[in-house]
Formats: sequence, C-alpha cells, structure tokens
Amino acid sequence: MAQEKSMAAPDLLRRAKLLKQGAEARVYRAEFLGKPTIVKERFPKRYRHPVLDEKLTHRRTVQEVRSILRCRRAGISAPVVYFVDYTSHCIFLEEIICSITVRDHIASIQQCDTSKDSELEQLAERVGQILAKMHDEDVVHGDLTTSNILLRRITESGEYDLVLIDFGLSYISALPEDKGVDLYVLEKAFLSTHPNTEALFEKLLKSYTASSKKSSAVIKKLDEVRLRGRKRSMVG
Amino acid sequence: MTVVIGFEGSANKIGIGIIRDGEVLSNPRRTYITPPGQGFMPSDTARHHRAVVLTVLKEALEQAGLKPADIDCVSYTKGPGMGAPLVTVALVARTVAQLWGKPLLGVNHCIGHIEMGRLITKANNPTVLYVSGGNTQISNDPSPGYNIEQMAKKGSQYVELPYTVKGMDVSFSGILSYIEDVSHKMLSSGQCTPEDLCFSLQETLFSMLVEITERAMAHCGSQEVLIVGGVGCNMRLQEMMGVMCKEREAKLFATDERFCIDNGAMIAQAGWEMFRSGQVTELEDSWITQRYRTDEVEVTWRAD
Repeated sequence: MAQEKSMAAPDLLRRAKLLKQGAEARVYRAEFLGKPTIVKERFPKRYRHPVLDEKLTHRRTVQEVRSILRCRRAGISAPVVYFVDYTSHCIFLEEIICSITVRDHIASIQQCDTSKDSELEQLAERVGQILAKMHDEDVVHGDLTTSNILLRRITESGEYDLVLIDFGLSYISALPEDKGVDLYVLEKAFLSTHPNTEALFEKLLKSYTASSKKSSAVIKKLDEVRLRGRKRSMVG
Repeated sequence: MTVVIGFEGSANKIGIGIIRDGEVLSNPRRTYITPPGQGFMPSDTARHHRAVVLTVLKEALEQAGLKPADIDCVSYTKGPGMGAPLVTVALVARTVAQLWGKPLLGVNHCIGHIEMGRLITKANNPTVLYVSGGNTQISNDPSPGYNIEQMAKKGSQYVELPYTVKGMDVSFSGILSYIEDVSHKMLSSGQCTPEDLCFSLQETLFSMLVEITERAMAHCGSQEVLIVGGVGCNMRLQEMMGVMCKEREAKLFATDERFCIDNGAMIAQAGWEMFRSGQVTELEDSWITQRYRTDEVEVTWRAD
C-alpha cells in the first residue's frame, strides 16, 4: 500500500507538463481530482551530500506547506494545498489562472507608459498591506521577490487580488529581526530588478507600516539590517 | 582604439595589466607567498608590493610592446582590500598618471572581477560567484581557509550543521557559532574527527554558495556561470557547481587562473569600460578605501 502511494506522484508527473525548472524545484502543470493543478517537485540536488540533501528537502517541503496553510487560515490569498507526497517531496497546489507576476506587471508598465504612476503606487500599497497581514501571522516568506507575488484578475474592468506564492524558504517566526530581513530581501530584489523605484518601495513600506500591528519593531530592524551589510563603506 | 593600464594590489597579489579594446596585451603578476597555513599581514604585503611594483610595471609595458605615450588611461584598485597594499599601489598609479599626463580611474576590485568575467565568457550576463579568501575581513593568522580545505579532503563522515540561505544571501554566523559550541564535545566524544568536521563544513558552505548561484541564475535568466576569486580554485566547489550547471543545462566557465585570481588586466578592463563611458577620477578623489561595496559603484557603461 505504501509502495503504491509512493508511485502515485512520479506516475502523474510523467503525464504532466513541465512548466519550469526553478532553483528549488521543478514545476509541472497537471490535472488532479479534476482541477488544474501545479505540482512542485523538489528533486534531489546531486551536488549536495545525500544526507544534507534529504534533510534540507524534507524540511523545506514541510515548512512550505505549513506556511501556506497558516496564511490561508488567516485569509491571505495563497494557493490551495491539494495533496503532499513526502516520499517524492511533491506538493500539489491550486493553479492560479488569469494571473501574472508583479515583476512582469511592473516591467510592462514601466516599459510603455510612464503616466501610469498612480497604478504602480496603488500596487505598492496593496503589496505592503498583504505582507503586513502575513507578518502579523508570524509567517516569514524567506524569498520575497516580485516574481513570487501574483496579480490575479478578478473582473474584466481590471480589478485584481494579490496572491503570494513560492513559500519554499518560509518559516514561522515572531521575531522582528526575521521579518525585517524578509523585507530587506524584498527591497534588494525589488530595487535591483526594477530600476528607479526607490520612491515606489518607500510607498510599499509606508503601507506596510500602516497596516501591520507590529510594524514599528520590524521597520526598526529593517533599518538596522540595511546598515549592517558586509564591507559597509566607511565614508563619514 | 583605447588602451588602459590597470594596477592591482589589494591583497597579496600585485599585478599590472594592459588592455586594448578587449585584448589583453600583458598581465604580469607577483604573489606574496607566506608559508602554508600562515596568512599575510598588511605591512609585510605592502613592503613586498613596493619592492616589485616598478619591475612589474616595466614588464607590463615591455611585454605589450608599448610606451607610456601609448596609454590612454591609468586605472588602479580603489578598494576593497587591505589598506597598506592598496595605498602602495595607488601611489604608483597616481605618480605615473601625472608623469605621463594621463587621466586616472579608481576601480572597484569586485567590479574588476565581474568585467573580466564578462570579457572571458563573452557572455552578456554571466552569473559571477566571487569567493575570495583574501577579501574576507577575518583574522588571517593562521589562515583558516587553507587549513580547512586540506583537512576536508581527508574527511568522510557528514555531520549535520546549520544551513542558512535567506533569499539570495547566505549567513555564515550561525554555522560558525554552532561549530564553536559543539566541536569540542563532538571531537572529544569521538563522534567524528576534525577532518570530518572540516569536510562537513565545506560541504555545507559550498552547497549554500551553489544554491544562491542557482537562485541568481533563475531570477536573472542567466545560463552562464563563472567562479572567480582564489576560493574558486577549490576542486570540490568547481565540481559541485559543475553538477548544478549540468542539471540545468547551463554552462560553467572554467576558472582561468590568469584572470580569476587577482590581476592587473581585470582592473584595466573595468577601467576601459568606465573610461569609455566618460568616467574619470580626479586626483583629490583618488584615495583608497578598505571597504567599498560593489553596489555603490555607479554603472554608467551598461544600459541593461
């Protein structure tokens, strides 16, 4: 029985469509229980020592599922978890259709239309809000980038909601330090991916501060972490 | 045609290289070697550089078959690195720039590695992992890195150690304090040997480095990797990076010792890019700094 169960995921994957191979895992599109599904397979990394690889892979699978469930229970949009196979380290998730990454959205706006500043600002505010909610649940995403936040279209007129994805490096923590670092990771990824968006990111942080009940300690830590960095320039 | 000469001496290598439009005309170098297991100290290193710099400069010009008048720009390492050696070399660069009547350019050492990486791979956007022992500002006496590497080769048992990757950054502090806490206990109880600990440390740290490299590649859509810096010569790191690349069908460019270990040509190459985009360092700005973050440099020579 256990043998059969552990064959289930690889079988399904053979018939599924490989969407991409990220750094962490392979992502497939499949149908599971009649629903459009994304299967995230953390395949073995052969460059790692096998014991390290198994421990790391298992730990990340468990953490990811736990974080997604915690977010959903709190009303934060994240994919539904349909099934987890702990032998092959596969997570079966709801496929978020009619969506694009915030990254692609910002890039397309910046490329063609500079008059859409207010749209970008509104987006930044909403991102700040959803992150505040997530941190208030003590979920630290661990890999915040604009590729890991989706814009899901709800209506024809362009109304959307934000969906958080890729909780592969996430964990539960109440420490302001961990949340500060979470924001710092986003800041670095944000500013390096989207040039000249310092003001936009400030708006995001303002929105975060206003929406989160525990924000002041977190922002304080963020400022500290910003100063920390290795080989800080000592120009006085 | 633009000819740039580059002076590098931020750590124990003193190198002077000349580049003409992407062609390395000369790249002589001297290394200050201390007995194995011992690190190099700033004042001794500076003394070493001072003693050889003019000889190396002469070699650079002779091997390139050029005279000072043929040079268009003098670039030097502004930082980061060790203070005394940096000053020694900067002094020479400033002097020849004035003697020859050529503009001066202060270059960030890490940017030098990156630009040389781009030149060697001919890739537009290679992911460059820069791992340097000399540019880590920890005590170099005795040199920990080298000793750990040698012992790791003899270790075999894997011991679980903290593994910290946060987004695209790694943190070494957790693993360090963990080892400080438990190594005595583990070694005295015979659970593992020092070689096993070094082996486990290396496996863990290198896995972390390979992982963030892979993430950077995924995020930027790059299928090319180049490892630069002295630690890049470690066979196990190269092996691990090679396996990762093979799985992604990405290309790992071999660490070319001539250019990936500190050298003058890489400074010249970065200087070439900066100079052609209109940058120049005025004499009063031609100081050096031990701490010079790569992300502080204003990149005026690339549009992407």
